[in-house]
Amino acid sequence: MSAERERREILIAAIADLLDGIRHVAVGASSPIPAAGAMLLRARNERDGKPPVRISILGSQAHNFFTNGGIELFDCAAQGRVDAFFLGGGQIDGQGNINLVGAGDYPTSHVRWPGSFGSAYLYHLIPRVILFREEHSPRVFVPKVDFVSARAITPEVPRRGGPHALLTNMALFDFDREAGGFALRSVHPPFTPADIRKNTGFAYQEQEVVRETPRPDAATLALLRGRIFDELAEAYPAFARTMKQAATG
Amino acid sequence: MTEIVALEALAARVAPGQSLAIPVDGSGVAMAATAALLETGIRDLKLICVPISGLQADLLIGAGAVASLETSAVSLGEAGPAPRFTAAVKNGALTIRDSTCPAIYAGLLAAQKGVPFMPIAGIIGSDLLNVRPDWQVIDSPVGEARKVVVVPAISPDVALFHAPEADRAGNVRIGRHRELADLAYAAKRTLVTVERIVDRNLLESEDSAAGVLPSLYVDAVAVAARGAWPLALWDEYPVDEAEIARYAAMARSEDGFRAYLSAFPTHRKRVA
Repeated sequence: MSAERERREILIAAIADLLDGIRHVAVGASSPIPAAGAMLLRARNERDGKPPVRISILGSQAHNFFTNGGIELFDCAAQGRVDAFFLGGGQIDGQGNINLVGAGDYPTSHVRWPGSFGSAYLYHLIPRVILFREEHSPRVFVPKVDFVSARAITPEVPRRGGPHALLTNMALFDFDREAGGFALRSVHPPFTPADIRKNTGFAYQEQEVVRETPRPDAATLALLRGRIFDELAEAYPAFARTMKQAATG
Repeated sequence: MTEIVALEALAARVAPGQSLAIPVDGSGVAMAATAALLETGIRDLKLICVPISGLQADLLIGAGAVASLETSAVSLGEAGPAPRFTAAVKNGALTIRDSTCPAIYAGLLAAQKGVPFMPIAGIIGSDLLNVRPDWQVIDSPVGEARKVVVVPAISPDVALFHAPEADRAGNVRIGRHRELADLAYAAKRTLVTVERIVDRNLLESEDSAAGVLPSLYVDAVAVAARGAWPLALWDEYPVDEAEIARYAAMARSEDGFRAYLSAFPTHRKRVA
């Protein structure tokens, strides 16, 4: 369990770093690790006297300042008032397109996922979309998705939004909007660049020397294991409980 | 005028073949009414999830009550995928109309405003446009010259949700859950279950009126204590995680689902 906890803590800290500089981050349904990363950034900024961070967590009562119903997040994004968001995908391809619908022929696909949620819209409108998918395998990271829930690049229409980075259990990639593809930024311990090559089904840029993703420092871990997991418990009770138990057990 | 009726009478107002709009988990899902509706043997519903659903849609789908489904997603959240939704789509047991959350709100908004369609940002480049021929990309006829997606109005036959309280006149307290008002504005009929009926007038003060859906939009109200259980109702009770997990495990198989479904109404009455 402690390896599992460490893995999650690296991801949460990486997310806080990816969000650095934003004013408002929104977190969708079923995203405890992104929510924890956003809360870590907020706590760290507060501690360091940096500008405050607003967090909107869908489905949370405590971490939600919206008063105009379910549509407000989407309106807010259209107005340019949401700086960062998270999307995942049953499949993600090398062009940054994501598939939240299913694998195989639509609609009676052999694998069916929940659906596109707000992705088709938010990908156009939120500048810093972080793609977050824990499973790092060739079945997830494919050359071409079977169904495009949301497209990363659409030259035919002006847009401010799109992918910023891709974070997985094994690595962190940057997305280059000019080139229209991913570049490997760092690899999480204990994995190697060769592991990433073996488990990624699409082509990406790779430097000669690839950095290791930094482990969170002691001060970050203290924040995380105390305040953050407490804050998280309201929206993600099961996840927060597991992480707290692992930290004290 | 809004009628105050028994739960079974409220459920009986949903007829086979109608389109039924339901809110997202945690907003105010009428689970007691759903149990009563299932007991009527309802069939052929056109279910519209605003903008996604979980246990409620999965139960209705698994029971064979849904002919077509418009949704942005169906999922049990932390408890995992919605098993009966997944199976029904894969088997072609229902017609799926995949959407994206703000497109469902935009469709309701068009109905609210009495116009045939609503323009909406984004979406261009998505395969949703290929599987939703009722959505179009147009050149904006006014303002900035650019492409824009338009979606048709969504005007559900019935909207069904659960809220903490209504007054005797049928005004319903929805707090800041304005999506419940969006549902009611767009729907031809709105059915609401509540934890309790209160004697005071909810429109009495500016403060209370701000969080209230007026009875004008509400056709019938029924009392259903813990009516959202096992889902959460804001300010009233949290989600019953163990029950959702129990459902998720049982509904993995058709037999398990049948067992859960047949016990659900009595189990609900006992536990809730």
